Amino acid sequence: MSRQRLTWIVLGVVLLALLVVRGFVGQGLGRVYVQADQVSLAQMDEKGADGSLVKVWKPVPAAQATQQWTEWSQAAPKAYFEAVAKNPAQTDITLSWPRTIGLWLAAFFTLAIFSFLYSDNVFYKLAEATVVGVSAAYWMVIGFWDTIVPKLFGALTPDMVIKWVQPSLQPAGAMQQASMWLALVLGVMMLWRLAPRGGWIAAWPLAFIVGVTAGLKIVSHVESDLMAQSVATMQPVVQLVPAADGGTDWYASLWPTLANALVLVGVICALVYFLFSVQHKGVVGATARVGVWYLMITFGASFGFTVMGRIALLAARFEFLFDDWLWLIDPNHLRS
Amino acid sequence: MMLTRAIPLWIAVIGGMVMLVSAFLKPIEGLGENFADAFNVIAAIASVLGAGSLLKSNLSSISRRDAGWGYAVLVLFTFIITLVFGLAKIGVHPSHDFPTAAFSGKQETPDTPFGWLYEYAMVPLTSTMFALLAFYVASAAFRAFRAKNLEAGLLLGTAFIVLLGRTFAGVVLTGWLPEWASGLRLENLSVYIMQVFNTAGNRAIIIGIALGVAATSLRILLGVDRSWMGGGGQS
Amino acid sequence: MNMVDRLNALDRRWVFLLMGLAVAVPILWIGITGNTFPETPTPAAAAVFKAVEDQPEGTRVLVAFDYDPASAGELQPMATALLHQCAQRKLKIVCIALWPLGGNMAQQTIAEVIRADYPAMREGEDFVNLGYQAGNEGVMKVVLTDFKKAFPVDARGQATADLPILQGVQTVKDFPLLLNVSAGYPGSKEWVQYVVSASEGKVKMVAGCTGVQSPQMYPYFPGQLAGILGAIKGAAEYESLVNQSIGGDVAPKYREAQRRMAPQLFGHLLMVALIVAGNTLFFMGRKGARA
Repeated sequence: MSRQRLTWIVLGVVLLALLVVRGFVGQGLGRVYVQADQVSLAQMDEKGADGSLVKVWKPVPAAQATQQWTEWSQAAPKAYFEAVAKNPAQTDITLSWPRTIGLWLAAFFTLAIFSFLYSDNVFYKLAEATVVGVSAAYWMVIGFWDTIVPKLFGALTPDMVIKWVQPSLQPAGAMQQASMWLALVLGVMMLWRLAPRGGWIAAWPLAFIVGVTAGLKIVSHVESDLMAQSVATMQPVVQLVPAADGGTDWYASLWPTLANALVLVGVICALVYFLFSVQHKGVVGATARVGVWYLMITFGASFGFTVMGRIALLAARFEFLFDDWLWLIDPNHLRS
Repeated sequence: MMLTRAIPLWIAVIGGMVMLVSAFLKPIEGLGENFADAFNVIAAIASVLGAGSLLKSNLSSISRRDAGWGYAVLVLFTFIITLVFGLAKIGVHPSHDFPTAAFSGKQETPDTPFGWLYEYAMVPLTSTMFALLAFYVASAAFRAFRAKNLEAGLLLGTAFIVLLGRTFAGVVLTGWLPEWASGLRLENLSVYIMQVFNTAGNRAIIIGIALGVAATSLRILLGVDRSWMGGGGQS
Repeated sequence: MNMVDRLNALDRRWVFLLMGLAVAVPILWIGITGNTFPETPTPAAAAVFKAVEDQPEGTRVLVAFDYDPASAGELQPMATALLHQCAQRKLKIVCIALWPLGGNMAQQTIAEVIRADYPAMREGEDFVNLGYQAGNEGVMKVVLTDFKKAFPVDARGQATADLPILQGVQTVKDFPLLLNVSAGYPGSKEWVQYVVSASEGKVKMVAGCTGVQSPQMYPYFPGQLAGILGAIKGAAEYESLVNQSIGGDVAPKYREAQRRMAPQLFGHLLMVALIVAGNTLFFMGRKGARA
């Protein structure tokens, strides 16, 4: 038996043993409770903003409702324990098997992804295949219900959208309808890429995307990044701090003045470094060198912040495992 | 040539000019917004291309019985099941304000199959993928970050100051410094680095990018740059 | 093989294990003891607090949730604290999202903060979630001219034209303060580029960003951005400011970022130690090779 296989077996047995022990100690682990919320609605007349009567749906007692269903919201385990302590036969808060199974599946996926750190393995590959399939479909569903239905169908087939999806939809104007016809035609052209012949037509919608992106970006970048940043750099270097006696506190003025000077010098030197059409020799070379130093400090700061961000994300995953799954810690007092 | 080069060029130029001019001329502001809406719809439709590509590569992997074709089956299974649950809004209750509109509810509602997949598959998987990077950053720090010259030393020195200054370690290590030297405390040094040196460096990068974007966009809008069309791109 | 060579060839999985322990052990410790480190706010975080604190009661503010669950580890504490301070200041809160999953994050944060601790606030009058709108910068361009055209309905499907909280709102310039929690594109940078710069100074903006994005946002501060919360540290500083100003017993959900500073501390110390160790081995190896 190879060393790696032996390690996997040992890790698996240790994890299983820990789970079994944890399951029998204290409150156990990894359960999700839900509370049933009965939704009962009936249509009523109400005065609108303009004084006319409008029909609105309002919550009513179950006996009067014309539309009814049950929704389930997650309840803290503490609420379940308290409810059972009061009345062992209560059914308001119950264990949710789908969500509990989901929780364990989420824990499995988390550990499966982490297992890649040791070596590539079947669990990681299963998790990877799942994330590819689920996320590809997820973005398609979002694109359909949040973009295509309200914008495209909402403009071209408003009656259908009002009846089935969004009763408060406002009909689109002629210009908006025309632009949605344009989008539909260009969208179909885009899909023609999948056809065996005529895929060249996809260049037309691509051209539209490239052109619109270029037009959109140029104004914002020039206004915000070029002009506003240049203005922000062109501030008075000398900043005088008034003293208590009405004069100038020269020592206190030194530091903001130094900061302003360093920023101005840094921006100019780093911009000189980016001038690749001029040889970096002599004065230009020395200036560019100072610019490189500034950029190195910038990248060092970026690295420090990036590390901070990554560790925070890792901490969040560990919190999920220790709090939500294993019930080893309870920082939000959801169980006690 | 007309259909594959000239017409796309004019489409790009007209689309871009409308967006550019609509920022300055109020009468065609609405047209600019409509073009932006059309852009988003086309992008949403284009996601079908991505799905098509996914289906094509995985189906061919299965039919050829490539190594690991079982995982391709799983990709397709999870893709189709998520798509069906999401598109059909299976189990999704309607909105409380419009209960007779069957598809008025949000598809990510927690107690629906699609919401379940989102909460218990997509969220843990994507979050953990991101979290893995912390380990690789640590490994890279040990094996690759070398202060071989002044510039690398500056980078690493700054990283040390920011890493320590942005935690309680900074307070412990340099909190004893007297008030007149408080500027040298790690937490204050890290703030100074961010507000002075990082600002200067990133400002230069931002200005440089803005100039680059402006130049590239103008070249596209004037039809000079046609590299995006493929097959050699200058006029 | 001498010690230097052995350490140079160290299996990286030992480094992974060290990082795992450096993060996991403090989480367990903090989870059990509940202790956190004290936080001293930096000027950027204090500026965010001041920007919200300076708004008179009843001011309408726009909160943009531009992140997803993958970044919630860093950004959710910021969103919670921002909504907490806004609710406590009795500001009128309008939530939007330009990320598809941002609408869900808004809903979750509203449930955790407003519905749980401020039940007197009424949806549609004191707060509203307008949900996600596709379009990225396109939406930002539209809100500059017609806010309700960009968001015709709220997350419940109700027409925004009928909502009391949005009465009198024509454009985004009718919101004196924009609070953005951002994980990338579209996010804080785009809000500055497309909205703040074009709003003629009418819209003040504060941003909460991930660690990766924060250094890129500093050039905009304090000109175009009134304040920045940079990564989890910024969130912890801001949380402590908000909790101090509100006073009383602080619920654990309002100290999430402060709890995460313990694993940050040990993770950072490990990073510094690894860099120092790596360089020490490098120079020792170079010296040995020259000898």
